[in-house]
Amino acid sequence: MIKVENLTKRYAGQPAIRDLNFEVSHGEIMGFLGPNGAGKTTTMRILAGFMPPTSGRATVAGFDVFEQSLQARAHLGYMPENVPLYSDMRVTEYLNYRAALKGVQHRRVAERVGDVKELCGLKEVENKLIGTLSKGYRQRVGLADALLAEPDLLILDEPTIGLDPNQIRQVRELIKNLGKQHTILLSTHILPEVEMTCSRVIIIHKGRIEACDTPDNLLGKIRQAGGVVLEAKVGNDNGAEELKKISGVREVVTDGEDDWKRFSLRVESGVDVREEVFRLATDRHWVVRELTQRRATLEDVFVELTHPDLV
Amino acid sequence: MRKFYTLLSREVRSYFHSPIAYVVLIFFLIVSGIDFYFQVSFMNQRQVQYTVQEAFFNSVFFWFAFVLIFPLITMRLFAEEFKLGTIEPLTTAPVRDWQVVLSKFFGALVFYLILWIPTILYFWIFLRITNQPAAHSGGAYWGSYLMLLLLGMFYLSIGCFTSVLTKNQIIAAIISFCAITLLFFLGLVQFILLDVTSTTRDLLGYFSAIEHMGTFSRGIIDTRPIVLYVSMTIVMLTLTYQAFQSRKWRL
Repeated sequence: MIKVENLTKRYAGQPAIRDLNFEVSHGEIMGFLGPNGAGKTTTMRILAGFMPPTSGRATVAGFDVFEQSLQARAHLGYMPENVPLYSDMRVTEYLNYRAALKGVQHRRVAERVGDVKELCGLKEVENKLIGTLSKGYRQRVGLADALLAEPDLLILDEPTIGLDPNQIRQVRELIKNLGKQHTILLSTHILPEVEMTCSRVIIIHKGRIEACDTPDNLLGKIRQAGGVVLEAKVGNDNGAEELKKISGVREVVTDGEDDWKRFSLRVESGVDVREEVFRLATDRHWVVRELTQRRATLEDVFVELTHPDLV
Repeated sequence: MRKFYTLLSREVRSYFHSPIAYVVLIFFLIVSGIDFYFQVSFMNQRQVQYTVQEAFFNSVFFWFAFVLIFPLITMRLFAEEFKLGTIEPLTTAPVRDWQVVLSKFFGALVFYLILWIPTILYFWIFLRITNQPAAHSGGAYWGSYLMLLLLGMFYLSIGCFTSVLTKNQIIAAIISFCAITLLFFLGLVQFILLDVTSTTRDLLGYFSAIEHMGTFSRGIIDTRPIVLYVSMTIVMLTLTYQAFQSRKWRL
């Protein structure tokens, strides 16, 4: 659905993205992840036909985004960052206008506009001026606009930014459902969102792709594969020293001022040390009130790839 | 064509969604109303060689209001879209750049023509009250309004061009105001510089909006100004189109 080859964009000589190569196939939900200024919006703007790349090629549904821009644009629904809208129009009026602009057949406009209003929860504000809407509703108008022409591909730039937790959950559900019929490319820096919704993730940093894989594979790959947390009363023992002797444990961090100590163990990937920890605790007569395995999150992957010093 | 019509209707409606439209409409009604009143009362007091209609379209009042309205009408066309970022959803929809440019130009033109509708009423009222026509012949009306259309097209296209150059409406307004005023005064240079050669004066005379209006408001349809203004409008719209496309490379 999307094919990107050696895509490069420079602003006044400064490269914003460098030699991007990736593909998104039909029916995928691709997450686009990266710190601020990594080049997410630039890439999406190029794909949406808003600006041309400096070099390289990108195709959407088989159409070159620059050479056959009109056909490419007809196949995608794009929701720009911060959702710029005409504040002097009413919600239904705006959606009708956008539907006509996107070439939705005249007799289907009312039906489509009704559908997207229903889907995005805009019924209660349909006659309000867009200028008076809250950020969350504006965001939904943007999403409704992207869905209007039933495009094969949705490009959503930060679709959940500025929403409250309930709305984020709703939008996430919505995106998941949309993923059944549409191909979706979405950018975000809310990591749990990607883990929950996306079938594949691209991590982009300083204009380069650092990783491109399924969330599970990414988690498996990273060095810091996870850890174990132990909270226990160790009495006079040096808990950290004892725990370090267990094979597979790389590092132990100790917290807590009173009798209860909290040990965070970093372990080698693929090793489960909980049994050893339990044995040690019983041997030493430690009182344990918590023993959990902490799974690595995409956040760890993200930090490791984009800011290795923090690991 | 449907997309163009959709864009055009939004442009026209957006004028009436903003206070600027009403300010311009009221300002224009006041000035043109005063103009009409003054011309009629002036002619009431003495013998003159021209008609009410000619006087109305050739007074200082008229020209004062005339050059002022174009920057006000055109300044927001592109500048506002750039400022608000709405240019992004607009240009990522499957519409062509020329559709956007032409819809903005014709949107402004429609609003400009709406401005002139009340003035038709003046002449009708004059006829009803005095039982005398305000002009020698119907052709004089056609000539005046044709010249208004031609001048309007040209000056609005200048406004379109300056609006596409910046995202600041004030800057767009100032540049177009300067350009239109300069062009307008170009036609007056022949009265100021008496020592320049007659060829220069004749040449500048071809650009004189005042002279063109004088001719047309007498009902004489001269094809030279028609060619001038239509071709200049096309030139300005082509420049606007080019500048609009260049945004992609300037980004």
